[in-house]
Amino acid sequence: MRDLVQRFGGSLTTVFVALVLLWMVGMVLAPNLLMIDYALRPNLPPAQIGGPNDHYSLANFTYLAGEATHRAIFFKTIWASAIVTFVTLVVCYPLAFWLAQRATPAQAGLAILGLVIPFWINEVLRTLAWYILLAFRGPLNAVLLALGLISEPVRWAGDGGVLAAMTYAYILFMLFPIYNSMESLEAAQIEAARDLGAKSWRIHWRVVIPHAKAGIATGCVFTFMLAAGSYIAPSLLGSPGSRWFTEIIYNWFFEGGDWNRGAAYALVLLVLCLAVVLATLKLARVNLADVTK
Amino acid sequence: MSAGRLSRVVFGVYLTLFFVYLFAPLLVMSAATFNTSRFPTVIPWQGFTLSWFVELWRDGAMWRSVRVSIVVAFFVVLVAVPVGTAAALVLTSVHERARGVLYGFMVSPLLTPGVVVGIATLILWRQVGVGGGIFLIILAQSSFIACYVMLMVAARLQRFDRTQEEAALGLGASKFMVFRRVLLPFLRPALIAAAFLAVLQSFENYNTTLFVRGLDTPLTIFIASKVRTGLTPAVNALALAMIALTVLGALAYEIFRHRQKARATAG
Repeated sequence: MRDLVQRFGGSLTTVFVALVLLWMVGMVLAPNLLMIDYALRPNLPPAQIGGPNDHYSLANFTYLAGEATHRAIFFKTIWASAIVTFVTLVVCYPLAFWLAQRATPAQAGLAILGLVIPFWINEVLRTLAWYILLAFRGPLNAVLLALGLISEPVRWAGDGGVLAAMTYAYILFMLFPIYNSMESLEAAQIEAARDLGAKSWRIHWRVVIPHAKAGIATGCVFTFMLAAGSYIAPSLLGSPGSRWFTEIIYNWFFEGGDWNRGAAYALVLLVLCLAVVLATLKLARVNLADVTK
Repeated sequence: MSAGRLSRVVFGVYLTLFFVYLFAPLLVMSAATFNTSRFPTVIPWQGFTLSWFVELWRDGAMWRSVRVSIVVAFFVVLVAVPVGTAAALVLTSVHERARGVLYGFMVSPLLTPGVVVGIATLILWRQVGVGGGIFLIILAQSSFIACYVMLMVAARLQRFDRTQEEAALGLGASKFMVFRRVLLPFLRPALIAAAFLAVLQSFENYNTTLFVRGLDTPLTIFIASKVRTGLTPAVNALALAMIALTVLGALAYEIFRHRQKARATAG
């Protein structure tokens, strides 16, 4: 801090520090602390706020634990986000390896351009594109019917549609970290393993994956977090049977009118995401600073 | 067929499928704009038309939502860029040990699900009687978009040569002048890139905005609500226009960055 004063003088430093405090305290810390406060209080009519009934309790959390549907949707969201993460990893891994180790610079440049273009387009539009493609009387069903692969149209809305659209939305969050970490792998290491008689899958398992571990962990962490916190894909492509935890939270706020319970649910989601992020990074021994690069 | 050739064929098929997966939804969505059919689709093809662009042009609600998005994006840049820049400067000047902790705090909004950012903002401002609307959308979006600005500015600061500041001071510049004439010009490319990214992030945001929007309807919310209230290819026309704009913007951005890089290596 003294360094800043020396460089830019007291008044500019005051401005910098004030801006940072406004942001960190006013826009990040205070909102989150108040959300925790809300989560721990009961939902009361305005007249009773501050009254004898307004005390801290875990009632909103035990409600979630006791309500079978919500609990099921919570675990389903975790489980489904894990599947999205896994599928995205499987889809991206070969391409990342090819880009980093096999493609010529021209090929890689072209492929990356092709990857980046859809990524610049916003997520709502990308989800809308899947909505149109997967419609009951839509193009995908028409093509599959014409090819004779199915005998009647399939209802894609539901888990399948959500999985397809989410994988699509998060491909780059998975691909680029893995690609970056694979790029630093010396081709000679792979050749050495091959010369020593290792099979392809063994080379990947023992040489490539350990080397790219940090990138794989980063990609998985981001994909999982984005999937668990997603709202648009389940709301456009889901069905009543594939509801997402974020949709339940939304209902507490704008239909159920119980913000306290909604805050508790949101807090559970936040803790889940942070726990998964920190645990994965710890397991893979990755530093937070490397993740946000 | 040898094993090497087989694996090349398998990989070729995978690569083709991958890019079909990547582009098919966008191509179908774009093509459906020109189909006469009331529901956006490409099969059956009922005839070529441009009338959906005309309908979009006449849609007052759409234009209102565009205006909301533009106002929000403008103020998000105004808030997030100075805040993120200040954060990067403070972060690089604190003691080594404090830096890790501060860094963790500063990137934490990026690790928070978007819906939670919106909810927390909504709850805080309810205490002082402010409900959802443009004001809260700006605050909630800025709270995490400032992280991106901070990261981009901090990356550029790492390459800053401090002796330039000392030289300016030695030549009699005031401390404010050093900031204004030495550091800011050096940061300019990062600030422009960050502002651009902030606009894009603001326009594209859905999760956070959904909770703090109140009765205001930015563009992404408008599009999503159309799916429920009656989707016509006019929405596809909007999507196509936005895709065209984003691709042009992205190209301009990449060219800009490329030039900066070329200049950096040349100079």
